[in-house]
Amino acid sequence: MTLAAPRPFAARLRGVNPVWAVLLLLLLAILLLNPAFAEPQGFMNFLRRAAPLCLLAAGQVFVLTSGGFDLSQGAVVTFTVVGASMLLDNDEGATGWVILVLLAAGAGVGAVNGLVVSVLRVPSLIATLGTMIALGGVVMTWSGGAPRGYLTDGFRAFGRFMWRDVPVVGLLPAALLVLVAGGALLWWLLHATTYGRLLHAVGDNPEAARLAGVPVARVRVIAFVASALSAVVAGVLLGGFSGVSLDVGTGAELQAITAAVLGGTLLLGGRGLVGGAVGGALTLSALFTLLNLLGLPQPVREVAQGLILILAVAFAVRRRGT
Amino acid sequence: MRVRAGPGPVLAVSAAIYVGAILLSGQAQYLLPENLVSVLGRAVALGLTAVGQTLAILVASIDLSVAALISASAVLASVVMDGDPAMVVPGVLAVLALGAVVGLVNGLLVAKARVNPLIATLGMALVIQGGLSAVVSNFAGAVPPAFQLLDQGSLLGVPAGLVLLLAVAAAASLMLNLTRFGSDVFAAGGNPEAARLAGIRTGRTVVGAHVLCSLCAALAGLYLAARLGSGAPWIGRDGVYDLESIAVAVIGGTVLAGGRGGVWGTLAGVAVFAMIDSLFNILGVDAFAKQVFRGVIIVAAVAAYAAGTRRLVA
Repeated sequence: MTLAAPRPFAARLRGVNPVWAVLLLLLLAILLLNPAFAEPQGFMNFLRRAAPLCLLAAGQVFVLTSGGFDLSQGAVVTFTVVGASMLLDNDEGATGWVILVLLAAGAGVGAVNGLVVSVLRVPSLIATLGTMIALGGVVMTWSGGAPRGYLTDGFRAFGRFMWRDVPVVGLLPAALLVLVAGGALLWWLLHATTYGRLLHAVGDNPEAARLAGVPVARVRVIAFVASALSAVVAGVLLGGFSGVSLDVGTGAELQAITAAVLGGTLLLGGRGLVGGAVGGALTLSALFTLLNLLGLPQPVREVAQGLILILAVAFAVRRRGT
Repeated sequence: MRVRAGPGPVLAVSAAIYVGAILLSGQAQYLLPENLVSVLGRAVALGLTAVGQTLAILVASIDLSVAALISASAVLASVVMDGDPAMVVPGVLAVLALGAVVGLVNGLLVAKARVNPLIATLGMALVIQGGLSAVVSNFAGAVPPAFQLLDQGSLLGVPAGLVLLLAVAAAASLMLNLTRFGSDVFAAGGNPEAARLAGIRTGRTVVGAHVLCSLCAALAGLYLAARLGSGAPWIGRDGVYDLESIAVAVIGGTVLAGGRGGVWGTLAGVAVFAMIDSLFNILGVDAFAKQVFRGVIIVAAVAAYAAGTRRLVA
């Protein structure tokens, strides 16, 4: 890092991640169609609903930065929601330890992913695909194919609760606090610690990193654990406003990868941006909100997500000029 | 240099476990030829898709859009044919044209726009699936009985679907091993930079592999339309053909990084999956536990190939 000389305004503007400009445009478009969006109720609800995807994307960034993919995130989300309903068993007092157990299980899943990739040398695409399939089977066996439990109010509060009459913002969802805390932790880990630098080195050139003495296996395992833990937290938040079902997490990993890529994280490793991933997740959520407001059905949202995914990556390739 | 083990050991071990488990459970009738043929017959759609997927993986690409394309092909075939035997040929041509266009776009996105293949084909999958779901929401149209012979007919006692699969696999194998395009595929996937310097037009090779991959998925869609009598927008997704076709190719020894592998290995992988399914059915293993085993087996098979190599993977 050289000393940051004061840069002209135009240059500083070019340094801003373009995802925020896209997000701003989308938010303005939503505001135009629905002025109520500017009120705390509308805007805070939007943030609350987007929070799980933001966390998933921020966690996925760790694995993407290491050069891999984590396809098991969605399965971990489903495992969290269904597992919570099985473990809680309508006991309000159980909320605390159930969340701890789920976090521990998530860390275990992440560690298995990381070890299979770095010790058994199975490409992460296959390794996490195996985890996704196997974990799906575990959840179905555990719930007998038809989860019927309920989530306690205490558990649901993380995703659902809003403080009212808060100064300045008016409403403050608990989910937003969880997002800020989790996002800040992940940002710090990737962008302000030695670990973050080692992870970038591993993703950029694993062989060179190994020869330079980087503990490649340990760095990779931690990345998968971070991704899985973020999926557990996202699952807890999702449990607050979605029902208990076997497909609550379906496709979440693909949305998370899309969001991370929108935010400027490079596939196949070497550059990850936690802040950008959160911006990407908000952009994707804003886009879905907009398409919803326009009265477009679910299939059109899929088409839009597909086109945006391709365009974002093609655009990133052009910018890099490779 | 270490010679890479072929799919032989994986297939032999699975066959031994299969035969052993059936004999131990005292249900030897499942080893009769007609039962074995019917076990393989259930894997025709996966096999067709996986042969195409192998070509995409060989050029160091991948295709996640096959499942959506299978659904679209099956629906297109059954809507165009609509029970009319005279419309069979137009229906088949329409489906193959769809496959060619999807493959062409995938290939151009990957080779010319340089979009990561995973993202390009995932985006394509979302576009196809979204477009399809916007138009139809249930079984639509019907194929005429004559077309259903593609599933129900047989040639010399071998089911027609299996004949189709073997013919496609043989054609793909001959193409890979005997033609200029085939050697370009291995070169472009193994070391694109060296291939380009050697004068191979790697971009065209990648586009060609993607077109063939999508055509194979379109064939799988036609086969499923014949088997089910009609097409529905979820049959590809329900079969998880995107991920399973990648899994069987990799189990058959095709390397995800490209340049090494082959079609027959992939068919061995399909046979392994078919045996697992059949064995779990015979032994009455719970469907959910089966899914857990399946995930573990995919990872274990790839780990078996990776054992002994020192190359780092991501």
